[in-house]
Amino acid sequence: MLEFIQQPWTWWVSGALIAGIMFSLLFFGQSFGFSSNLRTICSAAGGGKLLKFFDFNWRSQLWNLVFLVGAILGGFIAHQFLSNGQPVQISENTINDLAQLGIGAPTSAQPDELFSLESMLSLKGFAILALGGLMVGFGSRYAGGCTSGHAISGLSDLQVPSLIAVIGFFAGGLLMTYVLLPLIL
Amino acid sequence: MKFIKFLILGTVFGIVMAKSEAFSWFRIQEMFRFQAFHMYGIIGTAVILGAIGVALIKKFKLRDISGNPINFYPKEKSIMRYLIGGTIFGLGWALSGACPGPMVVNIGYGYIAMIVVFLFAIIGTYLYGFIKDKLPH
Repeated sequence: MLEFIQQPWTWWVSGALIAGIMFSLLFFGQSFGFSSNLRTICSAAGGGKLLKFFDFNWRSQLWNLVFLVGAILGGFIAHQFLSNGQPVQISENTINDLAQLGIGAPTSAQPDELFSLESMLSLKGFAILALGGLMVGFGSRYAGGCTSGHAISGLSDLQVPSLIAVIGFFAGGLLMTYVLLPLIL
Repeated sequence: MKFIKFLILGTVFGIVMAKSEAFSWFRIQEMFRFQAFHMYGIIGTAVILGAIGVALIKKFKLRDISGNPINFYPKEKSIMRYLIGGTIFGLGWALSGACPGPMVVNIGYGYIAMIVVFLFAIIGTYLYGFIKDKLPH
C-alpha cells in the first residue's frame, strides 16, 4: 500500500482530490483561493497603516493562513514519508527542449540550475527567483486570483472573468516559455 | 480547534501538489510546451467535477456546515485587469514554475530557494496595492 502511494499520483486522482478540497472549503463556509493569503500577510504585517488596500480585518482570513501552514506540512510529509525518490517523469521532448536552455534532465522534483542553494546565492539565480515571485504576487492580485481562485473555483462556476484571467495566465506563460526564457537562462 | 479542519485540508492539498508533481518547475514547463496531458488532466478533472458540483449546489440550494446557503458571487466585470494581471501572473508562473500554493509546498518539501520566490510574491502583492489606483482595471 505504501509503495503504491509513494508512486507519483495519476492526473485524475489528483484532479478529483483538488475538486474535493474545493468542495470541503465551500462546505466549511469558505472558498478555495490561495493567493488571498499574500494580501492577508501584507495586512497582518501592518500594510493597512500605509495603504487602504491592506486595511481590512485580516483575522477573518486566519483559516486560509492555517490552510497555508497545512500546505507546507503537506510538502514536508510528501517528501519525508510518501516519496520514492524518483525524479519527475516528464516527456522526452521537454527534456530535449530544456537541454537546449542549459537545464539538465530531472534528478529530483526541481532543476538544480534554478533551485539549488548555490544558484539562490548567485546574483543571476537570485534575480530569477525574485522576478518570478514578484510577477506571480503582483499579477495574481491585479487579476484578483491565481490558479486556485480563477482556474479551479472560477471556471467551476463558469465565470467569464476567470476564463479571461486563465487566457492571460497562458498568454504570459507562453511568452515566458518561448520568448523570454531563452534570453534569461 | 475550529481551525484543525483547515490544517488537514491544507495538508492534503500540499500532499496532492507534491505527489501529482504539479509543484514541479519541470511539469509547468512541460505544460506550457504542450508536451504532456498530465497538467491538463489534473486541472481539467478538477474543473469538470467542480462545475458539476457547483451546478448541483446551486440547483439543490445546498447549505454549508453552519446551515448558511452556499453562495457564489459573480466576479466584477472587466477585461483589462484579468487579461493584464493574468498575463503578468503567467510570466511569473512559467519563470518560477510555481503559483502561490505550490510555492509553500516546495518550501515544506525542502526547497529553501522557494522562500525567496514566496517573499517576493508578498512584495509583488504589496507593490500592486501601492500602485493599483494608477493601473487600468
